[in-house]
Amino acid sequence: MMVPVEGFMYPNEVELQWSVLIVVYPFVTGLVAGAFILASLERIFHVEAVKPTYRLALLTALAFLLVAPLPLQLHLGHPERSLEMFLTPHTTSPMAMFGFVYVWYLMAVLLLEIWLDFRRDIVLLSQSTTGWRRLLYRALTLGSSNISEGALRVDDRVGWVVTLIGIPSAFLLHGYVGFIFGTVKANPWWSSPLMPVVFIFSAMVSGIAMVMLVYMAMMKIRKQPIDMRCVDAIAQYMLYTFIIDFALEMLDLIHRISVADESFRSLDFMLHTRLFFSQVVLQVLLGTVVPILTIGLIQIFNVPEKVRRACYAICGCLTIIGIFAMRWNVVIGGQLFSKSFLGYTTYKLDLISREGELVAAVLLILPFIILAVLLKILPPWYEGKTAAGD
Amino acid sequence: MITRRKILMLLPAAAFAWKYVLAGTPELSPNYSVKEHWWGMLLDIDKCIGCGSCVRACATENNVPEGYFRTWMERYHVSDWQQETPQVDSPNGGKDGFPPSTAVGGKNFFVPKMCNHCADSPCTQVCPVGATFDAPDGVVLVDSTYCVGCRYCIQACPYGCRFLHPTKHTAEKCSLCYHRITKGLTTACCENCPTGARQLADLKNPADPIHEFVKNHSVQVLKPHLATGAKAYYHDLDGSVR
Amino acid sequence: MHVSKFKDAEHLVRLAVVCVVVFAIFLLVRAHFVPKSFGQYGHFRGDALAEQAAKPISYAGHKACVDCHADVVEVKKAGKHAGVNCEACHGPLAKHVEDPAAVVPQLPDTAVICARCHEENIAKPKTFPQVVSKQHSGGEVCKSCHVPHSPLMQPGDKKS
Repeated sequence: MMVPVEGFMYPNEVELQWSVLIVVYPFVTGLVAGAFILASLERIFHVEAVKPTYRLALLTALAFLLVAPLPLQLHLGHPERSLEMFLTPHTTSPMAMFGFVYVWYLMAVLLLEIWLDFRRDIVLLSQSTTGWRRLLYRALTLGSSNISEGALRVDDRVGWVVTLIGIPSAFLLHGYVGFIFGTVKANPWWSSPLMPVVFIFSAMVSGIAMVMLVYMAMMKIRKQPIDMRCVDAIAQYMLYTFIIDFALEMLDLIHRISVADESFRSLDFMLHTRLFFSQVVLQVLLGTVVPILTIGLIQIFNVPEKVRRACYAICGCLTIIGIFAMRWNVVIGGQLFSKSFLGYTTYKLDLISREGELVAAVLLILPFIILAVLLKILPPWYEGKTAAGD
Repeated sequence: MITRRKILMLLPAAAFAWKYVLAGTPELSPNYSVKEHWWGMLLDIDKCIGCGSCVRACATENNVPEGYFRTWMERYHVSDWQQETPQVDSPNGGKDGFPPSTAVGGKNFFVPKMCNHCADSPCTQVCPVGATFDAPDGVVLVDSTYCVGCRYCIQACPYGCRFLHPTKHTAEKCSLCYHRITKGLTTACCENCPTGARQLADLKNPADPIHEFVKNHSVQVLKPHLATGAKAYYHDLDGSVR
Repeated sequence: MHVSKFKDAEHLVRLAVVCVVVFAIFLLVRAHFVPKSFGQYGHFRGDALAEQAAKPISYAGHKACVDCHADVVEVKKAGKHAGVNCEACHGPLAKHVEDPAAVVPQLPDTAVICARCHEENIAKPKTFPQVVSKQHSGGEVCKSCHVPHSPLMQPGDKKS
């Protein structure tokens, strides 16, 4: 193969199997889970402060969830056969079962919750708009225009149950992605019971950061004041989740060093060389330590509003980059070393190919385009009402 | 013009030719029952000379694309007692044999590698659609018309024996020459091994001499701690082999 | 009381109906697209076994050679290459068995083929006959001194 190999690799291992698209995919599903957890903070745990972001979080989750299958389809050797995963799923395969978890989460949780929460607005819009818009909203009403007190109360109660079910479903959605990696006993970089847990918590961090950034950006675009009480609260939750996430990742690291099994020397070397920038610099230092310290210090000291806003924006961006780096380090890192523990290969990332940089970039931008469309169809802010939709 | 007369004249010739066609274009043997066999292989390190005949034969028999390997050879150099850090090389999978070694002293030997046709194969476990499967006679196969090319099986194989076919875009690996062993032939690699280092084993057949050998000699499998139920048995495998 | 309660939940009933319809469509698609032989022997397409078994062979196998070339096999059986199958040196010959007249195998080049096994290498078993060909033959082709079918015979001893 044309790729530079150091040491010895099994001949078939030299070429990486899972590309940057398989980095994009857990990153995107992670954002979904995280955004949903943020939304549920208000609904289930009655954290009033984050209410302004409730609807926005749901729509952000939906935008990313719709994009999630795309990197997978582009990666498959035969995407036209992908329906087989639903028709003849192999129940011992985490990947097959994940298909159902995805559909469950999309239909029974996210779409249902959005529908129930927006239903009043949908009905009103179906009566006030014209042309194709009217048709769209009428279709979304499913033919029912009942928005009486009683009906809305029913919606609220059912919505509450859906959110309640939605929390473990969100954990399942992204935990399963971690499980897909965590159960590969052939790969010691992946094989760990901690993998699903680490994935969930890093997902929550990235999702919360994403909603925070989107909220701040939307308020700036609409020239509206940013609710600092809301953003302060979001940043706090991001901090708590981050601490747990960091603790888990450090636990994994310390455990590996302590146990030092047959793979240790090989993985350790890889970390100090090929993965140094993406893991130590991007993921840990810039992506985790800096945000934790910054937001942590904000909790202790009285920092003026403008500075806080800037800090949140920067930390949000660093977090997103750091969590993307984490997915990169897991997926790509897990394929850079040989299963013989005697060598390393290189990942050749093309710019323009089916699984190249350009495609990855488009897939990461696409959710924002979809979100823009969703915000137009289902505005979280409805004529003078707040973003909470009341 | 095709007339009935012409066809009638051609029939005996066709019947005669069919005998030869059958020899070259086989159908499923009527004498083969999946329940009567449990396939494995014996790989005798003592006898392997690293000639690469098996790699070449497999590539020919199974149309293996250049740069990918259903089977391959590794050469080990273990200096003194350093079992944990062997030097290993496999130039083009050993397909063209090996150049003279620069190693001095220590233990040096060749190790043929292939799909281990695991009884509890991790690759079958993770296939999301059932494209790779454990046949009832112990061979792990890939259904190329059903495979979606997700590559999960390639990730899950601890032995590195799988690859994605560059033009078919489906997962591929050693099929234990299923199309040969179901006709009473041996695998292409065993057929071409000049020293008998590779021998097909039918672990359900008590009369099978290789089965007998496996029963009475010390044999090892690769990565036993992963409990894959590997059925590629190595004789005299050094502890340094990965 | 009940009437108004139902009215307020009516939209949920509509949603439930949509879900049931979608599920029904899924079942129909499943019934249509899942291959008939799927699940016959396990979680895979049963026909795949026969399809795999029906693939064409390239190597005919030693037994097929004996049928026509018993004389060569006799010579080989008596020598050191008794355990080396014909196709290991002569290449895949199933097509030749199919139509011996039409497909004539090419003689292998001993300058290349012998070295593959017998060129000295530290990793080969010590008991295996191996030489450093430059020192052993000084560049002369192996066939000038060795009979490939029975290597310790002198060329000219008996017709191979």
